[in-house]
Amino acid sequence: MSLRTPKLRLGLLLLLTPMLLWLLLLIILPHVNMAIISLSERVSAGEYAFSLSNYAEFFTESLYWNTFLRTATMSILVTFLTLIIAFPVSYYIAKMLRGRTKGLVFALCLIPFWVSELVRTYGWMILLRETGVVSSSLQWLGLTDGPIEFLYNDAAIIVGLVYTSMLFMVVPLTTTLDSLDDSYIEAGYDLGGNGFTVMREVVIPHAMPGIVSGCIVVFMLTLGNYLTPALLGGKDSLWFTEQIFTQFITRFNWEQGSAFGILLLFLSSFIVWLGLKLSRQSFTRVMS
Amino acid sequence: MIPSIPHSRLFRTTYASYIVLFFLFLAAPLIVVGTFAFNDSLFPSLPWKGATLDWFFGSEQPKLGLFQDDPILKSILVSFFIASCTTVLSLLLATCNAFLFEREQFPGKNLLYILMLMPLVIPGVILGVSILVFSSSIANWFEMNFGWELDFLYPSTTLVILGQFAFISTICTLIVSARLRKFDLSLEEAALNLGATKWGAIWTITLPFLKPALIGAGIVSFLMSFENFNTTLMLVGSDAPLTIAMFDRLREGATPVLNAISLMLMVASSILAIISLLMDKKSPTT
Repeated sequence: MSLRTPKLRLGLLLLLTPMLLWLLLLIILPHVNMAIISLSERVSAGEYAFSLSNYAEFFTESLYWNTFLRTATMSILVTFLTLIIAFPVSYYIAKMLRGRTKGLVFALCLIPFWVSELVRTYGWMILLRETGVVSSSLQWLGLTDGPIEFLYNDAAIIVGLVYTSMLFMVVPLTTTLDSLDDSYIEAGYDLGGNGFTVMREVVIPHAMPGIVSGCIVVFMLTLGNYLTPALLGGKDSLWFTEQIFTQFITRFNWEQGSAFGILLLFLSSFIVWLGLKLSRQSFTRVMS
Repeated sequence: MIPSIPHSRLFRTTYASYIVLFFLFLAAPLIVVGTFAFNDSLFPSLPWKGATLDWFFGSEQPKLGLFQDDPILKSILVSFFIASCTTVLSLLLATCNAFLFEREQFPGKNLLYILMLMPLVIPGVILGVSILVFSSSIANWFEMNFGWELDFLYPSTTLVILGQFAFISTICTLIVSARLRKFDLSLEEAALNLGATKWGAIWTITLPFLKPALIGAGIVSFLMSFENFNTTLMLVGSDAPLTIAMFDRLREGATPVLNAISLMLMVASSILAIISLLMDKKSPTT
């Protein structure tokens, strides 16, 4: 094939243009613009000046940074819980099941996530509310005397977020575990290992790319989630995305909202970067 | 089960029950949502007051069924329109991107690939607000300098489509690229040898090869768009799509009509999911 002819370079240009337009207009420029706005302050009507006051506001108002830290720690907790719950399931699918059953069980894992997040969260509301299924069942079993409200607390938020994130952990974990040759595990046992050491020395190192990519995606999605904390946590859910929403839509304070947005973006990039560094993985490999 | 490794009976039973519990956890909210769509009560909660189809077909308040509820029906149409536009745009861009990254060599390709993946790590709410702020700035600038009123750049259906397109096209690109990577270039060369033009070869050989991936990516993108909430919330104008309309109802206080809508959504998504899984069998993508 004769590459590098002028005709082919035209082809490159034609392929490059839509990509660059999309990237510039919908991803890069909006974020640069948001960063600039976050560094400005309204002086008078239509007049703006450079200022760090929006960031200063974040660090001086304890509600803001408390919410920020709370969102970050809860997201890490959710990521950890999702990993702990998903790992045995993925291992079971990848190493305990064979042939058609394996494909079927894996597909069963995926199907709930084709349903809208709103519907799934609504399901949890029906289960957990005061007049809900869990509370009524407990009363029927005679375990409690009166109805219990399970909704509108941190535990409800965490349950909802773990549920919503499950797919993004199970899929990469199952894929990497599936690619681990059974003979490696057998060799581990032959060399005198027990269940625990084989898991630590053979299975987990092999599954590391899957663990990292699952954790990164789950953490990101949890941090940026708005729907689940808003519905399951009620008024006091104190999730950082709600602060952003309030600043933009309710208070119309776009400078402050932009600053919050940039801070959240920094936090998520930082944690993703830290995760990649600690596990020595590359971004492109983990993402695709 | 790896046959050569012995596990005690207790271990196997415990492990299997854990898996069963996990699937109960997965299924519970969906089963509950579906079941209460048929409860003859004004609230989606226990006690069970007998079965009814009123929440689908009922024609008067307070039991106005889904198929009589005009605002909901209208929001479904809005969602359909948005999802169709997003899907077409995303597939076009994804196909271009796949050819760009799989076939072309150019300086800065790796950097561009990383940038292409960025929308996956930007939280949906942030993506939404950044597009909102940017498009409003452009609209204000045009209005100040030229006196043009570019209404579509303020929160509107157009902005929702653009916002969803921004991240859905990345996902489509990954699906289509994975398929294109498996393509045997000698097939295209054979077509060229037989006298086809470059475009003719791509049109008759390569694109049909990509078809399963394009259909799969189309289904994924339609569903993601139809169900998107975070980005949409920030960009929505006066015409609320279904997820936003449902969210508003949920905040006002839910009635089983929401369960009826949810059940319809579940049925529709499962059908699409099954089609897509069958497509996936034909073209194993990662």
